[in-house]
Amino acid sequence: MQKVMVCLKRVVDFNVRVRVRPDGSGDATDGVKMSINPFDEIGLEEALRIKERGDADEVVVVSIGPSDCQQQLRTGLAMGADRAILVETSETIDPLCSARVFHALIRREQPGLVLMGKQAIDDDNNQTGQMLAALWVRPQATFASELVLSDGTARVTREVDAGLETIDVELPAVVTTDLRLNEPRYVKLPEIMKAKRKPLETIGLGELGVEATAQHKFVNYEPPAPRAKGEQLADVAELIGKLKEKGLL
Amino acid sequence: MGRILIVAEHDGSTLNASTAKCITCAETIDNDGIDVVVFASDGAAVCEQTSALAGVSRVLRIDNAANEHALAAILAPQIAALAGDYSHVFGPSTTFGKDLMPRVAALLGVGQVSDIMEVLDTHRFRRPIYAGNAIATVDAPPDHILIATVRTASYSAAASGGSAEIETRHLDVELPDHTRFVKLDADETGRPDLQSAARVVSGGRALGSSANFELIFGLAEKLGAAVGASRAAVDAGYVPNDLQVGQTGKIIAPDLYFAIGISGAIQHLTGIKDAGTIVAINKDPEAPIFEVADYGLVGDLFQIVPELENALD
Ligand SMILES: Cc1cc2nc3c(=O)[nH]c(=O)nc-3n(C[C@H](O)[C@H](O)[C@H](O)COP(=O)(O)OP(=O)(O)OC[C@H]3O[C@@H](n4cnc5c(N)ncnc54)[C@H](O)[C@@H]3O)c2cc1C
Ligand SMILES: Nc1ncnc2c1ncn2[C@@H]1O[C@H](COP(=O)(O)O)[C@@H](O)[C@H]1O
Repeated sequence: MQKVMVCLKRVVDFNVRVRVRPDGSGDATDGVKMSINPFDEIGLEEALRIKERGDADEVVVVSIGPSDCQQQLRTGLAMGADRAILVETSETIDPLCSARVFHALIRREQPGLVLMGKQAIDDDNNQTGQMLAALWVRPQATFASELVLSDGTARVTREVDAGLETIDVELPAVVTTDLRLNEPRYVKLPEIMKAKRKPLETIGLGELGVEATAQHKFVNYEPPAPRAKGEQLADVAELIGKLKEKGLL
Repeated sequence: MGRILIVAEHDGSTLNASTAKCITCAETIDNDGIDVVVFASDGAAVCEQTSALAGVSRVLRIDNAANEHALAAILAPQIAALAGDYSHVFGPSTTFGKDLMPRVAALLGVGQVSDIMEVLDTHRFRRPIYAGNAIATVDAPPDHILIATVRTASYSAAASGGSAEIETRHLDVELPDHTRFVKLDADETGRPDLQSAARVVSGGRALGSSANFELIFGLAEKLGAAVGASRAAVDAGYVPNDLQVGQTGKIIAPDLYFAIGISGAIQHLTGIKDAGTIVAINKDPEAPIFEVADYGLVGDLFQIVPELENALD
């Protein structure tokens, strides 16, 4: 296969505890650490391994968002991607719009495989990969914990509620990653320097012929209902007493 | 008002409890009827179980050899073909629904609301984001069909006592053959199901090995509880992936939850926010799990758990 395309979303780092602004207008995310969505990093790692095995010639990382997303794309290049594309927009877009953008990029780039995260850990939507596969009229293999390529098909093991499901999908296809697919590599300093010279192209959403849309609007944000602080108990006997009192035993 | 369609989740012979929870959610929306569609190779048994749920107006039976396994690429175009008769189409926010519903939405050219936890109006919902650190209110356009997944931990299952008619339908839809089911490795343990159990006992990294995890299985058996685990315990290979509780595992709402040797990372807590009573056992008094636990025991789990088991005799 010639090309693997990997989607990298810029999100609040998973270690940051996001809090809602007191006026309910949104999340207080100004100035907090931003990172590549952890699932997308796993997608990139998988693409790099595919290339290193000789099953692909090029790994292209793509992102949609404001110009700040260049940071995450540069990190992707430092991990080992060959080329990056930023589809720049400052507007709020929804997963269907993102899928349309990625579909437009697919028509340009003709990848044999698209790797994405199963979900972005900001909005926790878990939609974009499935939507892209529908628009592209190609197979999807979501929540992948193992990916084996052979002869124009991918055999994918999926983490499902009942256990592990294996499916075969013909390529090209969309594969979304789960946490146990691999462990992403660390970026080494010389790679960061080298990444500065790798190509990073910026295109406007409009240039791809896609309109920025969000059918669904987030109109309010609230903190979750707090749980009442509990009590530390002295021993097992006290615990059993409390649980019996509540009718739980 | 319009009719609501729910896509049934099942394994070919038994209806999954997630479907009955979607019905409860659908009942909180003004509607002209709630239909449930069953895709299977032979849906007789599952349709019978569905028709017995209170609140169901009609069961649509769609038998097709291609529907033997729930593959999103095969089910989505069939659901899209039915969608014209409905104002809302719901699936559960289980791996089945999460895989399937966005594909349906994109075929219809509309967005999706993920993980509905509360219905405020026909097109206004509340849902968790940022691993449950924020609850967002989402407005969807009323002139579009609404596709959504229902956060099953937010709803109780619809009761039995219904007797909806079962209507067999034949859909004239071209289905792709680019996606093929190979196998399902399911953990057939005979233990209670993690997603619907009233009691759950979970173990974390502190267990240290799959042999030691037997301690958790032992306690769970005493309590008639399902077994869960943190991501660290699954990653380390102590237990299979389907036991993971949390943001990227299962979101559960048992009456009683035991977190044993689990630190209480935000991604884990997301999965147990709706638990009735949380008991934490951890040797570190500062562990974040104690912030959410109703009852905490500070100490060595290898001492406390056997004591607890003995005390339950
Ligand atoms: C994108 C993303 C998604 C994630 N999704 C999930 C998810 O769905 N579910 C999930 O659980 N995690 C998830 N995680 C991982 C999460 O951040 C934590 O790393 C994980 O939950 C830690 O597991 P743990 O509590 O078992 O391990 P640790 O954090 O290592 O905690 C072990 C605990 O055991 C205690 N302990 C040690 N020995 C003993 C003893 N002898 N007796 C009593 N107590 C003892 C320690 O004090 C400590 O508190 C996710 C992370 C990321 C980045
Ligand atoms: N703006 C974006 N830029 C890059 N990738 C994205 C973007 N939005 C979604 N994705 C990809 O789609 C996956 C699922 O996102 P979501 O459907 O929002 O949970 C993410 O893990 C990314 O791989």
